[in-house]
Amino acid sequence: MDFLEPAFMQRALLAAVLVGITAPAVGIYLVQRRQALMGDGIGHVAMTGVGLGFLLNSSPVWMATLVAVAGSVAMELIRAYGKTRGDLALALLFYGGMAGGVLLINLSPTGSNANLSSYLFGSLSTVSTEDVTAISVLAAFVVLVTVGLRKQLFAVSQDEEFARVTGLPVRALNLLIAVTAAVTVTVAMRVVGLLLVSALMVVPVAAAQQLSKSFRATFVLAVATGITVTLAGTVTSYYQDVPPGATIVLYAIGIFIVLTLLATPLAKRRARAAEAATRDCDAQVPATRRPTDDVKV
Amino acid sequence: MSDEPVISVRGATAALGARPVLRGVDLTVNRGEVVALLGANGSGKSTAVRAIIGQVPLTGGTIELFGTERKRFRDWARVGYVPQRTTAAAGVPATIREVVSSGRLSRRRFGWTTREDRAAVERAIELVGLTDRARDSVSALSGGQHQRVLIARALASRPELLIMDEPMAGVDLASQEILASTLREQVADGTSVLLVLHELGPLEPLIDRAVVLRDGCVVHDGPPPEALGQHALPGHDHVHPHAAGEPLRTGLLT
Repeated sequence: MDFLEPAFMQRALLAAVLVGITAPAVGIYLVQRRQALMGDGIGHVAMTGVGLGFLLNSSPVWMATLVAVAGSVAMELIRAYGKTRGDLALALLFYGGMAGGVLLINLSPTGSNANLSSYLFGSLSTVSTEDVTAISVLAAFVVLVTVGLRKQLFAVSQDEEFARVTGLPVRALNLLIAVTAAVTVTVAMRVVGLLLVSALMVVPVAAAQQLSKSFRATFVLAVATGITVTLAGTVTSYYQDVPPGATIVLYAIGIFIVLTLLATPLAKRRARAAEAATRDCDAQVPATRRPTDDVKV
Repeated sequence: MSDEPVISVRGATAALGARPVLRGVDLTVNRGEVVALLGANGSGKSTAVRAIIGQVPLTGGTIELFGTERKRFRDWARVGYVPQRTTAAAGVPATIREVVSSGRLSRRRFGWTTREDRAAVERAIELVGLTDRARDSVSALSGGQHQRVLIARALASRPELLIMDEPMAGVDLASQEILASTLREQVADGTSVLLVLHELGPLEPLIDRAVVLRDGCVVHDGPPPEALGQHALPGHDHVHPHAAGEPLRTGLLT
Protein backbone atom coordinates (compact mmCIF):
# COMPACT_ATOMS: atom_id res chain seq x y z
CA MET A 1 0.00 0.00 0.00
CA ASP A 2 2.92 2.35 -0.57
CA PHE A 3 0.80 4.35 -3.01
CA LEU A 4 -0.92 5.85 0.04
CA GLU A 5 2.33 7.41 1.27
CA PRO A 6 2.84 10.52 -0.88
CA ALA A 7 0.58 13.46 -0.03
CA PHE A 8 -0.22 14.07 -3.69
CA MET A 9 -1.53 10.50 -3.98
CA GLN A 10 -3.80 10.98 -0.97
CA ARG A 11 -5.22 14.06 -2.64
CA ALA A 12 -5.49 12.28 -5.97
CA LEU A 13 -7.30 9.27 -4.49
CA LEU A 14 -9.77 11.48 -2.63
CA ALA A 15 -10.46 13.37 -5.84
CA ALA A 16 -10.78 10.07 -7.72
CA VAL A 17 -13.42 8.69 -5.34
CA LEU A 18 -15.43 11.91 -5.57
CA VAL A 19 -15.27 11.75 -9.36
CA GLY A 20 -16.23 8.08 -9.33
CA ILE A 21 -19.36 8.95 -7.36
CA THR A 22 -20.45 12.15 -9.06
CA ALA A 23 -19.85 11.42 -12.74
CA PRO A 24 -22.17 8.37 -13.01
CA ALA A 25 -24.67 9.97 -10.59
CA VAL A 26 -25.28 12.79 -13.05
CA GLY A 27 -24.57 10.74 -16.13
CA ILE A 28 -27.48 8.39 -15.43
CA TYR A 29 -29.97 11.23 -15.97
CA LEU A 30 -28.23 12.29 -19.17
CA VAL A 31 -28.31 8.71 -20.48
CA GLN A 32 -31.96 8.43 -19.45
CA ARG A 33 -32.75 11.54 -21.53
CA ARG A 34 -30.67 10.18 -24.40
CA GLN A 35 -28.23 13.07 -24.09
CA ALA A 36 -25.24 10.85 -23.43
CA LEU A 37 -22.85 13.18 -25.24
CA MET A 38 -23.83 16.34 -23.41
CA GLY A 39 -20.98 15.85 -20.94
CA ASP A 40 -18.57 15.87 -23.84
CA GLY A 41 -19.96 19.19 -25.04
CA ILE A 42 -19.66 20.73 -21.60
CA GLY A 43 -16.07 19.45 -21.41
CA HIS A 44 -15.22 21.32 -24.58
CA VAL A 45 -16.80 24.51 -23.31
CA ALA A 46 -15.00 24.20 -19.97
CA MET A 47 -11.67 24.48 -21.83
CA THR A 48 -12.36 28.16 -22.38
CA GLY A 49 -12.79 28.48 -18.63
CA VAL A 50 -9.44 26.83 -17.99
CA GLY A 51 -7.79 29.17 -20.50
CA LEU A 52 -9.48 32.14 -18.89
CA GLY A 53 -8.25 30.99 -15.48
CA PHE A 54 -4.65 30.97 -16.68
CA LEU A 55 -5.00 34.30 -18.45
CA LEU A 56 -6.55 36.08 -15.48
CA ASN A 57 -4.23 34.26 -13.08
CA SER A 58 -7.16 32.92 -11.07
CA SER A 59 -8.08 29.33 -10.22
CA PRO A 60 -8.69 27.35 -13.43
CA VAL A 61 -11.09 25.01 -11.57
CA TRP A 62 -13.43 27.81 -10.49
CA MET A 63 -13.15 29.58 -13.86
CA ALA A 64 -13.91 26.34 -15.66
CA THR A 65 -16.92 25.81 -13.39
CA LEU A 66 -18.22 29.27 -14.19
CA VAL A 67 -17.82 28.91 -17.94
CA ALA A 68 -19.08 25.31 -18.03
CA VAL A 69 -22.22 26.29 -16.09
CA ALA A 70 -22.87 29.15 -18.51
CA GLY A 71 -22.27 26.83 -21.46
CA SER A 72 -24.53 24.09 -20.13
CA VAL A 73 -27.33 26.56 -19.47
CA ALA A 74 -26.96 27.78 -23.05
CA MET A 75 -27.11 24.17 -24.30
CA GLU A 76 -30.23 23.44 -22.27
CA LEU A 77 -31.93 26.59 -23.58
CA ILE A 78 -31.02 25.63 -27.16
CA ARG A 79 -32.44 22.15 -26.52
CA ALA A 80 -35.66 23.49 -25.02
CA TYR A 81 -36.37 26.30 -27.45
CA GLY A 82 -34.32 25.47 -30.51
CA LYS A 83 -36.29 24.07 -33.39
CA THR A 84 -34.49 22.48 -36.29
CA ARG A 85 -30.86 23.52 -36.18
CA GLY A 86 -30.17 22.91 -32.52
CA ASP A 87 -27.43 20.47 -33.43
CA LEU A 88 -25.54 23.14 -35.36
CA ALA A 89 -25.85 25.62 -32.51
CA LEU A 90 -24.43 22.99 -30.16
CA ALA A 91 -21.57 22.27 -32.56
CA LEU A 92 -20.69 25.98 -32.62
CA LEU A 93 -20.67 26.02 -28.84
CA PHE A 94 -18.45 22.90 -28.60
CA TYR A 95 -15.83 23.99 -31.08
CA GLY A 96 -15.94 27.61 -30.01
CA GLY A 97 -15.26 26.49 -26.45
CA MET A 98 -12.33 24.31 -27.44
CA ALA A 99 -10.75 26.90 -29.76
CA GLY A 100 -11.24 29.60 -27.14
CA GLY A 101 -9.46 27.49 -24.55
CA VAL A 102 -6.43 26.83 -26.70
CA LEU A 103 -6.18 30.48 -27.73
CA LEU A 104 -6.55 31.93 -24.23
CA ILE A 105 -4.05 29.57 -22.65
CA ASN A 106 -1.44 30.47 -25.25
CA LEU A 107 -2.06 34.17 -24.66
CA SER A 108 -1.45 33.87 -20.95
CA PRO A 109 2.13 34.33 -19.67
CA THR A 110 2.02 31.28 -17.37
CA GLY A 111 0.05 28.89 -19.49
CA SER A 112 1.30 26.56 -22.21
CA ASN A 113 -0.01 23.65 -24.19
CA ALA A 114 1.68 21.40 -21.64
CA ASN A 115 -0.43 22.97 -18.91
CA LEU A 116 -3.53 22.57 -21.00
CA SER A 117 -2.80 18.92 -21.62
CA SER A 118 -2.94 18.20 -17.88
CA TYR A 119 -6.50 19.50 -17.96
CA LEU A 120 -7.36 17.64 -21.15
CA PHE A 121 -6.21 14.21 -20.00
CA GLY A 122 -5.99 14.56 -16.24
CA SER A 123 -2.93 14.60 -14.07
CA LEU A 124 -2.58 13.27 -10.55
CA SER A 125 0.59 14.97 -9.45
CA THR A 126 -0.86 18.40 -10.12
CA VAL A 127 -3.97 18.04 -7.95
CA SER A 128 -3.38 20.76 -5.37
CA THR A 129 -4.87 21.10 -1.89
CA GLU A 130 -6.87 24.00 -3.26
CA ASP A 131 -8.20 21.72 -6.02
CA VAL A 132 -9.24 19.10 -3.48
CA THR A 133 -11.19 21.68 -1.51
CA ALA A 134 -12.96 22.90 -4.64
CA ILE A 135 -13.68 19.35 -5.79
CA SER A 136 -15.12 18.37 -2.39
CA VAL A 137 -17.47 21.34 -2.26
CA LEU A 138 -18.65 20.77 -5.83
CA ALA A 139 -19.06 17.02 -5.32
CA ALA A 140 -21.21 17.63 -2.24
CA PHE A 141 -23.51 19.79 -4.36
CA VAL A 142 -23.74 17.13 -7.08
CA VAL A 143 -24.57 14.32 -4.63
CA LEU A 144 -27.16 16.48 -2.86
CA VAL A 145 -28.94 17.18 -6.15
CA THR A 146 -28.72 13.76 -7.79
CA VAL A 147 -29.72 11.78 -4.71
CA GLY A 148 -32.00 14.29 -2.99
CA LEU A 149 -34.07 15.04 -6.08
CA ARG A 150 -33.91 11.58 -7.65
CA LYS A 151 -37.69 11.11 -7.89
CA GLN A 152 -38.16 14.46 -9.57
CA LEU A 153 -35.17 14.16 -11.89
CA PHE A 154 -36.23 10.60 -12.79
CA ALA A 155 -39.72 11.78 -13.75
CA VAL A 156 -38.43 14.69 -15.82
CA SER A 157 -35.84 12.57 -17.61
CA GLN A 158 -38.24 9.68 -18.18
CA ASP A 159 -41.10 11.66 -19.72
CA GLU A 160 -40.82 15.43 -19.80
CA GLU A 161 -44.34 16.02 -21.07
CA PHE A 162 -45.91 13.93 -18.33
CA ALA A 163 -43.72 15.60 -15.70
CA ARG A 164 -45.05 19.00 -16.75
CA VAL A 165 -48.62 17.84 -16.23
CA THR A 166 -47.79 16.73 -12.68
CA GLY A 167 -47.00 20.38 -11.98
CA LEU A 168 -43.27 19.84 -11.42
CA PRO A 169 -41.08 22.88 -12.24
CA VAL A 170 -39.71 21.10 -15.31
CA ARG A 171 -37.74 24.00 -16.75
CA ALA A 172 -35.97 24.61 -13.45
CA LEU A 173 -35.21 20.88 -13.03
CA ASN A 174 -33.82 20.69 -16.57
CA LEU A 175 -31.54 23.63 -15.87
CA LEU A 176 -30.53 22.01 -12.59
CA ILE A 177 -29.48 18.84 -14.42
CA ALA A 178 -27.49 20.94 -16.90
CA VAL A 179 -25.77 22.92 -14.14
CA THR A 180 -25.06 19.78 -12.13
CA ALA A 181 -23.54 18.13 -15.20
CA ALA A 182 -21.33 21.18 -15.72
CA VAL A 183 -20.19 21.11 -12.11
CA THR A 184 -19.40 17.40 -12.45
CA VAL A 185 -17.29 18.05 -15.52
CA THR A 186 -15.11 20.43 -13.55
CA VAL A 187 -14.98 18.05 -10.59
CA ALA A 188 -13.69 15.33 -12.88
CA MET A 189 -11.42 17.57 -14.92
CA ARG A 190 -8.30 17.18 -12.75
CA VAL A 191 -8.55 13.41 -12.57
CA VAL A 192 -9.83 12.12 -15.91
CA GLY A 193 -9.38 15.26 -17.98
CA LEU A 194 -11.89 17.25 -19.98
CA LEU A 195 -11.77 15.07 -23.07
CA LEU A 196 -12.62 11.88 -21.20
CA VAL A 197 -15.03 13.27 -18.58
CA SER A 198 -18.05 12.26 -20.60
CA ALA A 199 -16.86 8.65 -20.72
CA LEU A 200 -17.00 8.40 -16.94
CA MET A 201 -20.53 9.83 -16.97
CA VAL A 202 -21.78 7.36 -19.54
CA VAL A 203 -19.74 4.12 -19.53
CA PRO A 204 -20.45 3.06 -15.90
CA VAL A 205 -24.17 3.63 -16.55
CA ALA A 206 -24.01 1.63 -19.76
CA ALA A 207 -22.16 -1.14 -17.91
CA ALA A 208 -24.61 -1.16 -14.99
CA GLN A 209 -27.69 -1.42 -17.16
CA GLN A 210 -26.41 -4.65 -18.68
CA LEU A 211 -27.36 -6.32 -15.41
CA SER A 212 -30.03 -4.15 -13.83
CA LYS A 213 -33.78 -4.03 -14.32
CA SER A 214 -34.51 -0.99 -12.18
CA PHE A 215 -33.35 2.62 -12.12
CA ARG A 216 -32.31 2.29 -8.50
CA ALA A 217 -30.09 -0.74 -9.18
CA THR A 218 -28.60 0.97 -12.22
CA PHE A 219 -27.76 4.01 -10.10
CA VAL A 220 -26.07 2.02 -7.33
CA LEU A 221 -24.19 -0.26 -9.70
CA ALA A 222 -23.03 2.66 -11.87
CA VAL A 223 -21.65 4.55 -8.88
CA ALA A 224 -19.96 1.39 -7.59
CA THR A 225 -18.40 0.89 -11.03
CA GLY A 226 -17.35 4.55 -11.09
CA ILE A 227 -15.57 4.33 -7.73
CA THR A 228 -13.88 1.03 -8.65
CA VAL A 229 -12.46 2.25 -11.94
CA THR A 230 -11.35 5.67 -10.70
CA LEU A 231 -9.49 4.11 -7.76
CA ALA A 232 -7.99 1.32 -9.87
CA GLY A 233 -6.98 3.76 -12.60
CA THR A 234 -5.38 6.17 -10.15
CA VAL A 235 -3.32 3.46 -8.47
CA THR A 236 -2.28 1.99 -11.82
CA SER A 237 -1.12 5.35 -13.09
CA TYR A 238 0.98 5.76 -9.94
CA TYR A 239 2.92 2.57 -10.63
CA GLN A 240 3.00 2.55 -14.41
CA ASP A 241 3.34 6.26 -15.24
CA VAL A 242 0.37 6.22 -17.60
CA PRO A 243 -2.19 9.06 -17.76
CA PRO A 244 -4.93 8.37 -15.18
CA GLY A 245 -7.83 9.53 -17.38
CA ALA A 246 -7.13 7.07 -20.17
CA THR A 247 -6.49 4.23 -17.70
CA ILE A 248 -9.75 4.90 -15.85
CA VAL A 249 -11.79 4.98 -19.03
CA LEU A 250 -10.27 1.77 -20.35
CA TYR A 251 -10.99 0.03 -17.02
CA ALA A 252 -14.59 1.22 -17.28
CA ILE A 253 -14.92 -0.15 -20.79
CA GLY A 254 -13.36 -3.40 -19.53
CA ILE A 255 -16.07 -3.65 -16.85
CA PHE A 256 -18.69 -2.89 -19.49
CA ILE A 257 -17.46 -5.82 -21.59
CA VAL A 258 -17.31 -8.20 -18.62
CA LEU A 259 -20.83 -7.27 -17.47
CA THR A 260 -22.17 -7.61 -21.00
CA LEU A 261 -20.72 -11.12 -21.24
CA LEU A 262 -22.17 -11.98 -17.83
CA ALA A 263 -25.54 -10.53 -18.78
CA THR A 264 -26.09 -12.50 -21.96
CA PRO A 265 -27.02 -15.82 -20.29
CA LEU A 266 -28.98 -13.86 -17.66
CA ALA A 267 -31.02 -12.09 -20.33
CA LYS A 268 -31.72 -15.40 -22.04
CA ARG A 269 -32.94 -16.91 -18.78
CA ARG A 270 -35.19 -13.90 -18.13
CA ALA A 271 -36.61 -14.08 -21.62
CA ARG A 272 -37.39 -17.77 -21.14
CA ALA A 273 -39.06 -17.08 -17.81
CA ALA A 274 -41.14 -14.28 -19.31
CA GLU A 275 -42.15 -16.52 -22.17
CA ALA A 276 -43.19 -19.28 -19.79
CA ALA A 277 -45.25 -16.80 -17.77
CA THR A 278 -47.27 -15.61 -20.74
CA ARG A 279 -47.54 -18.81 -22.75
CA ASP A 280 -50.74 -20.16 -21.25
CA CYS A 281 -52.77 -16.95 -21.20
CA ASP A 282 -52.77 -14.29 -23.87
CA ALA A 283 -51.47 -14.81 -27.36
CA GLN A 284 -50.15 -11.39 -28.21
CA VAL A 285 -50.28 -9.47 -31.43
CA PRO A 286 -46.87 -7.92 -31.96
CA ALA A 287 -47.25 -4.23 -31.30
CA THR A 288 -46.31 -1.73 -33.94
CA ARG A 289 -43.72 0.66 -32.75
CA ARG A 290 -43.25 4.08 -34.10
CA PRO A 291 -39.76 5.61 -34.03
CA THR A 292 -38.99 7.04 -30.62
CA ASP A 293 -40.77 10.31 -30.32
CA ASP A 294 -38.33 12.12 -28.10
CA VAL A 295 -35.15 12.46 -30.07
CA LYS A 296 -33.10 15.13 -28.42
CA VAL A 297 -29.80 16.76 -29.11
CA MET B 1 -69.48 19.31 -5.48
CA SER B 2 -70.51 21.92 -8.00
CA ASP B 3 -72.02 21.13 -11.35
CA GLU B 4 -69.52 23.08 -13.40
CA PRO B 5 -67.85 21.16 -16.23
CA VAL B 6 -64.44 19.58 -15.53
CA ILE B 7 -63.20 20.85 -18.90
CA SER B 8 -64.58 23.90 -20.62
CA VAL B 9 -62.98 25.14 -23.83
CA ARG B 10 -64.43 28.23 -25.50
CA GLY B 11 -63.42 29.50 -28.94
CA ALA B 12 -59.90 28.10 -28.62
CA THR B 13 -57.50 29.01 -31.40
CA ALA B 14 -53.91 27.83 -31.63
CA ALA B 15 -51.21 27.75 -34.27
CA LEU B 16 -48.12 25.65 -34.85
CA GLY B 17 -45.73 28.06 -36.48
CA ALA B 18 -47.77 30.04 -39.00
CA ARG B 19 -50.29 27.25 -39.56
CA PRO B 20 -53.56 27.56 -37.64
CA VAL B 21 -54.35 24.21 -36.01
CA LEU B 22 -57.31 25.08 -33.81
CA ARG B 23 -59.75 27.56 -35.28
CA GLY B 24 -62.35 28.24 -32.65
CA VAL B 25 -62.89 24.98 -30.78
CA ASP B 26 -65.66 24.65 -28.19
CA LEU B 27 -65.45 21.56 -26.02
CA THR B 28 -67.08 20.67 -22.74
CA VAL B 29 -66.61 17.63 -20.54
CA ASN B 30 -69.12 17.42 -17.71
CA ARG B 31 -68.51 15.64 -14.44
CA GLY B 32 -68.69 11.87 -14.89
CA GLU B 33 -68.86 12.10 -18.66
CA VAL B 34 -66.73 10.14 -21.14
CA VAL B 35 -66.01 12.20 -24.22
CA ALA B 36 -64.14 10.93 -27.26
CA LEU B 37 -62.29 13.39 -29.46
CA LEU B 38 -62.25 12.02 -32.98
CA GLY B 39 -60.88 13.18 -36.29
CA ALA B 40 -58.48 12.35 -39.08
CA ASN B 41 -54.72 12.88 -38.81
CA GLY B 42 -53.98 16.59 -38.71
CA SER B 43 -57.47 17.58 -37.63
CA GLY B 44 -56.10 19.14 -34.45
CA LYS B 45 -57.31 16.63 -31.88
CA SER B 46 -53.93 16.09 -30.24
CA THR B 47 -53.26 19.83 -30.28
CA ALA B 48 -56.61 20.40 -28.57
CA VAL B 49 -55.70 17.99 -25.79
CA ARG B 50 -52.22 19.43 -25.45
CA ALA B 51 -53.70 22.91 -25.19
CA ILE B 52 -56.00 21.76 -22.41
CA ILE B 53 -53.08 20.49 -20.32
CA GLY B 54 -51.03 23.58 -21.12
CA GLN B 55 -48.47 22.15 -23.52
CA VAL B 56 -49.59 24.28 -26.47
CA PRO B 57 -50.25 28.01 -25.98
CA LEU B 58 -53.58 29.38 -27.17
CA THR B 59 -53.70 32.38 -29.49
CA GLY B 60 -57.29 33.04 -28.50
CA GLY B 61 -60.22 31.72 -26.50
CA THR B 62 -60.32 30.29 -22.99
CA ILE B 63 -59.79 26.96 -21.28
CA GLU B 64 -61.06 26.16 -17.80
CA LEU B 65 -60.28 23.07 -15.73
CA PHE B 66 -62.66 22.43 -12.83
CA GLY B 67 -63.94 25.99 -13.23
CA THR B 68 -60.47 27.55 -12.88
CA GLU B 69 -58.76 29.31 -15.74
CA ARG B 70 -56.10 26.92 -17.05
CA LYS B 71 -53.21 29.34 -16.46
CA ARG B 72 -54.16 29.63 -12.80
CA PHE B 73 -54.95 25.94 -12.37
CA ARG B 74 -52.47 24.29 -9.98
CA ASP B 75 -54.36 21.26 -8.73
CA TRP B 76 -52.74 18.82 -11.14
CA ALA B 77 -53.35 15.81 -8.89
CA ARG B 78 -56.98 15.96 -10.04
CA VAL B 79 -55.86 15.35 -13.62
CA GLY B 80 -54.36 12.08 -14.87
CA TYR B 81 -52.63 12.48 -18.22
CA VAL B 82 -51.64 9.74 -20.66
CA PRO B 83 -49.45 11.27 -23.38
CA GLN B 84 -49.36 9.93 -26.91
CA ARG B 85 -46.44 7.55 -26.73
CA THR B 86 -45.70 4.05 -27.81
CA THR B 87 -43.21 3.33 -25.07
CA ALA B 88 -42.93 3.93 -21.35
CA ALA B 89 -39.16 3.30 -21.46
CA ALA B 90 -36.29 5.81 -21.65
CA GLY B 91 -32.51 5.45 -21.92
CA VAL B 92 -32.02 3.71 -18.55
CA PRO B 93 -33.86 0.61 -17.26
CA ALA B 94 -36.76 1.34 -14.92
CA THR B 95 -39.28 -0.99 -13.34
CA ILE B 96 -43.02 -0.67 -13.82
CA ARG B 97 -43.30 0.37 -10.18
CA GLU B 98 -40.69 3.11 -10.63
CA VAL B 99 -42.42 4.56 -13.69
CA VAL B 100 -45.87 4.43 -12.10
CA SER B 101 -44.50 6.10 -8.94
CA SER B 102 -43.82 9.26 -10.98
CA GLY B 103 -47.59 9.69 -11.14
CA ARG B 104 -47.66 10.44 -7.40
CA LEU B 105 -45.53 13.58 -7.87
CA SER B 106 -48.63 15.60 -8.66
CA ARG B 107 -49.85 14.86 -5.12
CA ARG B 108 -46.51 15.50 -3.43
CA ARG B 109 -43.97 17.26 -5.61
CA PHE B 110 -41.16 17.16 -3.07
CA GLY B 111 -40.68 15.16 0.09
CA TRP B 112 -40.58 11.59 1.28
CA THR B 113 -42.59 8.76 -0.24
CA THR B 114 -45.40 7.89 2.18
CA ARG B 115 -47.21 4.63 2.83
CA GLU B 116 -50.23 6.18 1.10
CA ASP B 117 -48.09 6.86 -2.00
CA ARG B 118 -46.95 3.25 -2.10
CA ALA B 119 -50.47 1.90 -1.68
CA ALA B 120 -51.79 4.12 -4.48
CA VAL B 121 -49.00 2.95 -6.80
CA GLU B 122 -49.74 -0.73 -6.07
CA ARG B 123 -53.44 -0.12 -6.61
CA ALA B 124 -52.82 1.59 -9.96
CA ILE B 125 -50.62 -1.28 -11.12
CA GLU B 126 -53.29 -3.74 -10.03
CA LEU B 127 -55.95 -1.82 -11.97
CA VAL B 128 -54.12 -2.43 -15.24
CA GLY B 129 -53.39 -6.06 -14.36
CA LEU B 130 -49.60 -5.85 -14.08
CA THR B 131 -49.12 -6.66 -10.39
CA ASP B 132 -47.07 -9.78 -11.06
CA ARG B 133 -44.74 -7.77 -13.29
CA ALA B 134 -44.34 -4.70 -11.07
CA ARG B 135 -40.64 -5.41 -10.52
CA ASP B 136 -39.87 -6.04 -14.17
CA SER B 137 -38.16 -3.55 -16.43
CA VAL B 138 -40.62 -1.70 -18.69
CA SER B 139 -38.35 -2.40 -21.64
CA ALA B 140 -39.32 -6.09 -21.37
CA LEU B 141 -43.00 -5.31 -22.03
CA SER B 142 -45.11 -5.51 -25.16
CA GLY B 143 -46.58 -2.39 -26.78
CA GLY B 144 -49.95 -2.90 -25.12
CA GLN B 145 -48.34 -3.39 -21.73
CA HIS B 146 -46.40 -0.13 -22.20
CA GLN B 147 -49.71 1.65 -22.67
CA ARG B 148 -51.07 -0.01 -19.52
CA VAL B 149 -48.06 1.28 -17.57
CA LEU B 150 -48.69 4.81 -18.86
CA ILE B 151 -52.31 4.57 -17.78
CA ALA B 152 -51.36 3.20 -14.35
CA ARG B 153 -49.02 6.18 -13.96
CA ALA B 154 -51.91 8.54 -14.70
CA LEU B 155 -54.16 6.67 -12.23
CA ALA B 156 -51.58 6.77 -9.42
CA SER B 157 -52.67 10.22 -8.27
CA ARG B 158 -56.29 8.98 -8.10
CA PRO B 159 -57.43 11.67 -10.54
CA GLU B 160 -61.00 12.91 -11.05
CA LEU B 161 -60.31 13.57 -14.72
CA LEU B 162 -58.41 11.35 -17.12
CA ILE B 163 -57.04 12.87 -20.33
CA MET B 164 -55.71 10.29 -22.75
CA ASP B 165 -54.11 10.88 -26.13
CA GLU B 166 -54.54 7.81 -28.37
CA PRO B 167 -54.36 5.22 -25.58
CA MET B 168 -55.19 2.43 -28.02
CA ALA B 169 -52.41 3.12 -30.53
CA GLY B 170 -50.34 -0.01 -31.09
CA VAL B 171 -52.15 -2.01 -28.41
CA ASP B 172 -52.71 -5.75 -28.84
CA LEU B 173 -56.19 -7.20 -28.40
CA ALA B 174 -55.60 -8.66 -24.94
CA SER B 175 -54.42 -5.30 -23.64
CA GLN B 176 -57.28 -3.45 -25.35
CA GLU B 177 -59.73 -5.55 -23.34
CA ILE B 178 -57.88 -4.87 -20.09
CA LEU B 179 -57.71 -1.14 -20.83
CA ALA B 180 -61.42 -1.06 -21.60
CA SER B 181 -62.30 -2.79 -18.32
CA THR B 182 -59.92 -0.54 -16.37
CA LEU B 183 -61.63 2.50 -17.85
CA ARG B 184 -65.06 1.03 -17.13
CA GLU B 185 -64.15 0.74 -13.43
CA GLN B 186 -62.86 4.31 -13.35
CA VAL B 187 -65.98 5.64 -15.03
CA ALA B 188 -68.18 3.66 -12.63
CA ASP B 189 -66.33 5.42 -9.78
CA GLY B 190 -67.29 8.77 -11.29
CA THR B 191 -64.09 9.68 -13.12
CA SER B 192 -64.54 12.01 -16.08
CA VAL B 193 -62.64 11.08 -19.22
CA LEU B 194 -61.51 12.92 -22.34
CA LEU B 195 -59.78 10.67 -24.81
CA VAL B 196 -58.40 11.16 -28.29
CA LEU B 197 -59.18 8.22 -30.52
CA HIS B 198 -58.60 7.28 -34.10
CA GLU B 199 -61.56 4.94 -34.06
CA LEU B 200 -64.01 4.00 -31.35
CA GLY B 201 -63.05 0.32 -31.18
CA PRO B 202 -63.62 -1.65 -27.94
CA LEU B 203 -64.19 1.54 -25.95
CA GLU B 204 -67.35 2.42 -27.84
CA PRO B 205 -69.87 1.25 -25.20
CA LEU B 206 -68.23 3.54 -22.62
CA ILE B 207 -68.45 6.71 -24.64
CA ASP B 208 -71.22 9.18 -23.81
CA ARG B 209 -70.42 11.76 -26.41
CA ALA B 210 -68.14 12.20 -29.39
CA VAL B 211 -66.64 15.45 -30.62
CA VAL B 212 -65.32 15.28 -34.17
CA LEU B 213 -62.71 17.77 -35.34
CA ARG B 214 -61.89 18.61 -38.89
CA ASP B 215 -59.31 21.19 -39.90
CA GLY B 216 -59.31 22.59 -36.39
CA CYS B 217 -63.07 23.07 -36.16
CA VAL B 218 -65.73 21.04 -34.38
CA VAL B 219 -67.95 19.45 -37.03
CA HIS B 220 -69.89 17.10 -34.76
CA ASP B 221 -70.74 17.16 -31.05
CA GLY B 222 -73.19 14.53 -29.94
CA PRO B 223 -73.73 10.79 -29.80
CA PRO B 224 -70.83 8.72 -31.14
CA PRO B 225 -71.03 8.26 -34.93
CA GLU B 226 -72.80 5.03 -35.84
CA ALA B 227 -70.33 3.50 -38.26
CA LEU B 228 -66.99 2.46 -36.83
CA GLY B 229 -63.58 3.45 -38.02
CA GLN B 230 -62.09 6.70 -39.14
CA HIS B 231 -63.23 6.15 -42.71
CA ALA B 232 -66.79 6.78 -41.61
CA LEU B 233 -66.02 10.00 -39.78
CA PRO B 234 -67.03 13.34 -41.25
CA GLY B 235 -63.41 14.39 -41.02
CA HIS B 236 -62.30 11.68 -43.36
CA ASP B 237 -63.28 12.41 -46.90
CA HIS B 238 -60.37 11.04 -48.91
CA VAL B 239 -59.17 14.46 -49.99
CA HIS B 240 -55.44 14.20 -50.36
CA PRO B 241 -53.38 16.98 -48.83
CA HIS B 242 -51.98 17.98 -52.19
CA ALA B 243 -55.32 17.92 -53.97
CA ALA B 244 -56.34 21.33 -55.27
CA GLY B 245 -59.15 23.23 -53.61
CA GLU B 246 -60.43 22.68 -50.09
CA PRO B 247 -63.63 24.70 -50.02
CA LEU B 248 -64.33 24.10 -46.32
CA ARG B 249 -61.00 25.54 -45.27
CA THR B 250 -61.18 28.72 -47.32
CA GLY B 251 -64.77 29.32 -46.24
CA LEU B 252 -63.95 29.18 -42.55
CA LEU B 253 -60.84 31.29 -42.63
CA THR B 254 -62.69 34.45 -43.54
